[in-house]
Amino acid sequence: MSTVGKPLPHESAHLHVRGAAQYVDDLPEPAGTLHAAVGLSRCAHGQVRRLDLDAVRSYPGVLAVLVAADIPGHNNCGPILHDEPILAHELVQFHGQPLFAVAATSHEIARRAVRLAVVEYAPLPAILDFDAALAAESWVLPPVETSQGDAAGKIAAAPHRLSGVAEVGGQEHFYLEGQISYAEPREDHTLQLWCSTQHPTEMQHMVAHALGWHSHQITVLCRRMGGGFGGKESQSAQWACIAALLAQRTGRPVKLRLDRDDDMVASGKRHPFRIRWEAGFDGQGLLHGVRFELASDCGYSADLSGPVNDRAICHVDNAYYLDAVAIRSLRCKTNKVSNTAFRGFGGPQGMFAIESLIDDVARYLRLDPLAVRQRNFYGHGPERATTHYGMAVEDNVAPELVAQLAVECGYAARREAIAAFNAQSPVIKRGIALTPVKFGISFNATHYNQAGALVQVYTDGSVLLNHGGTEMGQGLHTKVRQIVAQVFGLPVGQVRITATDTSKVPNTSATAASSGTDLNGKAAEAAALRIRERLAAFVAEQAGLAPEAVSFVDGQVRAGEQAEDFGALCARAYHARIQLWDNGFYRTPKIHWDVKAKRGRPFYYFAYGAACSEVAIDTLTGESRLLRADLLHDAGQSINPALDIGQIEGGFIQGMGWLTSEELCWRASGEQAGQLLTHAPSTYKIPTAADVPPVFHTRLYANRNVEDSIHRSKAVGEPPLMLALSVFFALRDAVVAAVGPDSRPSLRAPATPESILRAIRRGREEA
Amino acid sequence: MSERPIHFYYRNVLHRIDGVPPTRTVLQHLREDLHCTGSKEGCAEGDCGACTVVLGELQDGVVRLRAINSCIQFLPSLDGKALYTVEDLTEGEALHPVQTAMVDCHASQCGFCTPGFVMSLWAMYEQHPEWPGRDVAIDACSGNLCRCTGYRPILDAAEAAYQHPPRRLERAALVDKLQALAELPALQYLAQGQHFFAPRSVAELARLRLAYPAARLLAGSTDVGLWVTKQLRELGDLIYLGQVAELRQIRRDARGLEIGAAVPLSDAFEALCQQEPHWLDLARRFASVPMRNAGTLGGNVANGSPIGDSMPALIALSATLSLQCGEAIRSLPLEDFYLGYQQTALQPGEFLRAIHVPTPSPGRVFRSYKLSKRYEQDISAVCAAFALTLDTQGKISEARVAFGGMAAIPRRAPRCEAVLLGQAWNETTLRAAQAALHEDYLPLSDMRASADYRQQAAAGLLERYWRETTQPSSITALWSLTAVEVAP
Repeated sequence: MSTVGKPLPHESAHLHVRGAAQYVDDLPEPAGTLHAAVGLSRCAHGQVRRLDLDAVRSYPGVLAVLVAADIPGHNNCGPILHDEPILAHELVQFHGQPLFAVAATSHEIARRAVRLAVVEYAPLPAILDFDAALAAESWVLPPVETSQGDAAGKIAAAPHRLSGVAEVGGQEHFYLEGQISYAEPREDHTLQLWCSTQHPTEMQHMVAHALGWHSHQITVLCRRMGGGFGGKESQSAQWACIAALLAQRTGRPVKLRLDRDDDMVASGKRHPFRIRWEAGFDGQGLLHGVRFELASDCGYSADLSGPVNDRAICHVDNAYYLDAVAIRSLRCKTNKVSNTAFRGFGGPQGMFAIESLIDDVARYLRLDPLAVRQRNFYGHGPERATTHYGMAVEDNVAPELVAQLAVECGYAARREAIAAFNAQSPVIKRGIALTPVKFGISFNATHYNQAGALVQVYTDGSVLLNHGGTEMGQGLHTKVRQIVAQVFGLPVGQVRITATDTSKVPNTSATAASSGTDLNGKAAEAAALRIRERLAAFVAEQAGLAPEAVSFVDGQVRAGEQAEDFGALCARAYHARIQLWDNGFYRTPKIHWDVKAKRGRPFYYFAYGAACSEVAIDTLTGESRLLRADLLHDAGQSINPALDIGQIEGGFIQGMGWLTSEELCWRASGEQAGQLLTHAPSTYKIPTAADVPPVFHTRLYANRNVEDSIHRSKAVGEPPLMLALSVFFALRDAVVAAVGPDSRPSLRAPATPESILRAIRRGREEA
Repeated sequence: MSERPIHFYYRNVLHRIDGVPPTRTVLQHLREDLHCTGSKEGCAEGDCGACTVVLGELQDGVVRLRAINSCIQFLPSLDGKALYTVEDLTEGEALHPVQTAMVDCHASQCGFCTPGFVMSLWAMYEQHPEWPGRDVAIDACSGNLCRCTGYRPILDAAEAAYQHPPRRLERAALVDKLQALAELPALQYLAQGQHFFAPRSVAELARLRLAYPAARLLAGSTDVGLWVTKQLRELGDLIYLGQVAELRQIRRDARGLEIGAAVPLSDAFEALCQQEPHWLDLARRFASVPMRNAGTLGGNVANGSPIGDSMPALIALSATLSLQCGEAIRSLPLEDFYLGYQQTALQPGEFLRAIHVPTPSPGRVFRSYKLSKRYEQDISAVCAAFALTLDTQGKISEARVAFGGMAAIPRRAPRCEAVLLGQAWNETTLRAAQAALHEDYLPLSDMRASADYRQQAAAGLLERYWRETTQPSSITALWSLTAVEVAP
């Protein structure tokens, strides 16, 4: 009986559907629990001239008020650079920056109290957009330049040259469960924190630094998150620090649950990018040389912007071989909330750059964009098989995968049918696009690519599993449970998984970079194998067989003719003083990355996929609709096909939201300039069920990881988000149909009705 | 009226609530007082659906079950009703077919939105004994956001639930229980110095309105609820309209339709669509199912938001309002009701009693269109309504054009109408009317759209109307379009 490879339900599905899955806010509250709220800046950039909190302090029910000066340890929650205060002190750098916090007897009292603060600012000039940031050369990190070959020379010598600008907006994570931390003081200067976090270890460190304590005084636990998507990687720590500081101050349990509006205002988002590109190419669209300037809006602090922008650099090739390329990466500092990790982590923006370029090249040459895409694919080595950062592409399946999808979805015939439709339809125009994805798997920062696990077998044969990864809905715990059950030949029900806990498995990496199963699955497997080896040796010795002759199948342990229930064996092994628990550790092999030179092998392997989208637009209003999507994605040998398809479809729809309806708007001028205007689901529109295409086909591409990944599977968390680029370029195809075949209309992402209508109008004016 | 606790049924137990503020929300009560944490708070403004619960209510002796957002519903509005949450659905360890289907279809990932979806789908399951089709299921989920799954498995689960042996709510006993509650005196609830009146007759409402001139009228609380959860406002005394029998009625006669001010939008739209099928597009896109179940047509009209979606259409259809003060009732055309930004002609002591929509005259061609970033549950950037009447010669004998989102109030487009009047309904007239439309409005730029877009799209909607009414083959609604089909 194999459990790996089976489409088993999510380990908590039976709890989800009955409302019995506990999130942090659902945990029973110990008596004396206080509730916190945070006071936010109402100025985008300025000196705090006056912070009068008397009315806040005296509000009935308020027990503590915390400002920066009250923090006994380090006032920082910046994960890499220490440029991000937990609470702003004297200087505020974005509209919505936390200035102070209160703890009160109820959530409502805390929220009411923070509104009573009297704050006066001496405003400083605020940088709120790309134009201002680029003009002022305002950076959170210095610009990075990297190149491969002679891009300028190749562009100059190419038969055709083209340049353009592409803009893509940010994206709010909109995890359904907002940021929350629950800090409970324990005896002898220790603290236990239940948090919704993708990075318990980093949170543990930050909280310890803020309190002036050591790591061993802090325990962080997370059973599950109601969604993360990167938004609870570095940016969950701030709220944990505030809750912990208030708990330290009051000696009572403190829960900080951000109201949705505060959450959206005060937590970072996906980085918006402004891309300038230049390309030299031949008459068939083969790229000879390309140049990119990738400017990203990082917000006011560095947060994870360095690695996010590095990943953008590493994904401007997408699935294409770039013979000569020059990249200038600008990490703009603006007076906005600090942008952070979001599913894809710069990869989507890098791919948006090259896909914009290729689409333009195809339009310019009046070729089918798919043909130009295919022409530029990486080869199968040794020619055209090295990335611009020096990594050999050894697992390329993009050409085969794209060819298969093009046939299966009837791309060519539909393209003709769409042209015929458009010829006779004056108002409604259709568009189609088929785009590939190649996404590098591993953290760019090599040291993060490690994981630990703890597997405990009890004497009745039940198994308790713990590892360093966190569950945010992606199904990590389900997969790791399958992996461990497989080792012991047990049904998954016999393996139980517990909350991620820094006191069980320490020094963990963030559950991020799609690597959760790759890392933690291997670590858990290693732990389980060590236990199994001991059991096998025990059985083999008694049976007079070699350990290899012992098998663990269907809850039984077999040796020769003998079979024994796994639980019975565990009881016997215990009496024989055999260790029934162990830990496991894994570090990804082969990878290395020179962060200064931007060269190396940052990725263990690549995950591939492709999508074909068909859309229609209304040229009178700019409204659009996705009519059909066909997704083909490479999850290697899938550990759980149902979960993988869930990641693929969910990622695709989330990516579609980023590129269509999800628009972040900030007030541009006036005293409240820099204020986020789309700070709630009433104004920020993620896709709903009606946006799902009526025809929606998703398939796993038959493949096997060429690297020795866990069961030869491939990571699947992030890559499918970028399948949604097909929606955007299908929309652009429809805009071209509206404007004329020679046009290269500039369509800004997100392609809202207004963006589409503007592209049509400008395109027609230019024609 | 005498003061008494709030009475409602939850998990087969009669709850009598006293002492909690009238603006405590149903969700706060569930999570914080009853420690039933299955329903979640995702936004506290009725936009995400994680808090979705179902209310059982007697209507003409029959139990109606409807999904609503518990995060913005005040506790006293439960009086006389039965509340159902996700905790109700399992029987022992046995999952309900909707829950089983959600597990089987892999319809939960992070699981935080799941209880809300389960309740929306359960309401649909109870309302439709047979699988009503995917479009109904999509509509049923219109008030629920999921950030993980991409919805496809949830819609599959909606259908798969019908493949299990049916499990229906036992209604007979509930009818008796709710009837017993209906015999209690009308709710007059006082806590922490704040009144909550739930009169049952319009006469009583009129009296309370005069006796408590500062009291706020409350209908579906789909807007007022946010004043509490988001703005933390103190609302003072409240007079709830949801129990006033006359205000819950829909009447039809030869003159037209009369919709009581407290009729939920779901019912109002059903009646309006019967009278004029072209309401359907707007009705489908108006907020979400839970919002339409709680919110009222009267509330939408009386609230007077410049972006309220029902008013352009009602103005185009020559709707009039019945306004009552004491025993006096006056009639006012809806287009004269709005005086300025969030200012109406409502006098002190007066309340909106009903909305009248006259029977269509022959030759009148009506359409209403909504534009927003998202198809479902979004606030309009522009909302347009057109009602031209063509005489036997094909000339425009009456022109009523109204817009929302284009001015501080929903209002007609006089210059555009003047250009249309007396003309043949052809492209020349269209272009002239589009040009005139630019003179009619000076819209704002905000996070929903720029002024420029609003102007351009408004003209575009007029063209859509022209095409649909004169050359329908030249345009198809995006929402009825299907992907191209080719031979395999």
